[in-house]
Amino acid sequence: MIIKLTKVLFSKLYSAFKDLIPIIAVVAFFQLLVIRQPLPDFGNVVFGALLVVIGLMLFIEGLEIALFPIGEAMADALTRKGSLFWLSLFAFGIGFSTTIAEPALTAVAIEAGRVASQGGVLSAERVDDYALGLRLTVAISVGFAIWIGVLRILKGWPIYYLMIGGYILVMLITIIAPDEIIGIAYDVGGVTTSTITVPLVTALGVGLATTIKGRSPLTDGFGLIAFASLTPMIFVMLYGILIFM
Amino acid sequence: MIAYLEEMMDVLLSTLWDVAPIVLLIFFFQVFILRQPVPNLRRVLIGSVYVVLGLALFLMGLEKSLFPLGEIMASQLSDPAFISVDGNQDFLWYHYYWIYLFAASIGFATTIAEPSLIAVAIKANEVSGGSITNWGLRIAVALGVAFALAVGSYRIVSGTPLYLYILVGYCIVVVQTIFAPKGLIALAYDSGGVTTSTVTVPIVAALGLGLSSAVPGSNPAVDGFGLIAFASLFPIISVLAYAQFRNILLRSK
Repeated sequence: MIIKLTKVLFSKLYSAFKDLIPIIAVVAFFQLLVIRQPLPDFGNVVFGALLVVIGLMLFIEGLEIALFPIGEAMADALTRKGSLFWLSLFAFGIGFSTTIAEPALTAVAIEAGRVASQGGVLSAERVDDYALGLRLTVAISVGFAIWIGVLRILKGWPIYYLMIGGYILVMLITIIAPDEIIGIAYDVGGVTTSTITVPLVTALGVGLATTIKGRSPLTDGFGLIAFASLTPMIFVMLYGILIFM
Repeated sequence: MIAYLEEMMDVLLSTLWDVAPIVLLIFFFQVFILRQPVPNLRRVLIGSVYVVLGLALFLMGLEKSLFPLGEIMASQLSDPAFISVDGNQDFLWYHYYWIYLFAASIGFATTIAEPSLIAVAIKANEVSGGSITNWGLRIAVALGVAFALAVGSYRIVSGTPLYLYILVGYCIVVVQTIFAPKGLIALAYDSGGVTTSTVTVPIVAALGLGLSSAVPGSNPAVDGFGLIAFASLFPIISVLAYAQFRNILLRSK
């Protein structure tokens, strides 16, 4: 029993370690052959790497026994309830609530406020309002994205029409958007999807596409994350137009 | 020892704080809207503890190892003293070749370790009945991020406008979408969003900041942006290419 458990534990630890081999190789290559300076605080680095391996192993384990099942169970229960309203509200809620608390977004919003006030386009006392407005805009846009994505799975719309339409919109708005906002708007699309949101939302989409007749989990189930990185660009540029023009 | 425990508590608390809104939302829906017990509640609770604890350890470990290292390495590699060969301070874009190589390889490596990409790869493998392999998708995405960061670094060095690259990238995606097998398009679009989370973003931020503060005439506050945008655009292209390539292989069999 104990031998078997240790074996399972070691094979899981090893598979988590395998995911980190590329990082170790890159750092070792550049440190030993290119930069050639001693690593500061080597003991701490090794200890940190150990924590990363254990953390990754636990996370993947939890993914399979908690996050995926929760996402699928919610998709199943909400379709069986058969209320578009509650499904829509849940979709919007999951996007909005996970984004508004996202630390990476808060950091980007504060940074963006600083940049705008240094550039002289924003008075110093409005920086906090601006950053909060930015966060709200992004959170609403992600809620909207998950909602549209869920609607797409229900209706069976092909994803590429929506995505290409979205891209064209991004390009058009870029032409009129003020320069101060464009870089931030483009970057913000990438920081919205956190490590806990992605598995939940993916399981939700795949779960919906599995329960609804005539949908394929592969073709229709994915795509929620894609919208969540597209709509923030559009919404943030519109916000910039509203604030700066 | 006590310092470590305190740090651990801090990271754990902030992870819990991040998770709180989702937990509340799911709790609210289960109790008030769906009014039914969660299936396998015990397992789900244990799994949730794993997720929070695992993420906290993962983040704490990164903050001790990869993040400080990445920051030091990015600033060392973009240091004018390192780049100049014979005391010449007049840099052209190709003098930064170590930076491009570093950006590409660290982008590849951190993407392979990105937990949310691992999650999507597990799901894609499961849903496709094993025909999309776990490593196939992750390597395709990682190659996209590698290319993105190398091109993004070149953009910062050369000071060319961000939107031009994005527009060209979109055009490539649109053309690929027309020819790619329809079944994998949604997955490819998703790959753009999952690449940039826990591991990659802080490293990319350090790279952008180090680079733009070292490149003469560039403004870190403005030019540092854009790397993340690249890292979420190029994987779409590389995964669509993977889908097309896989289709050709399947057909020729």
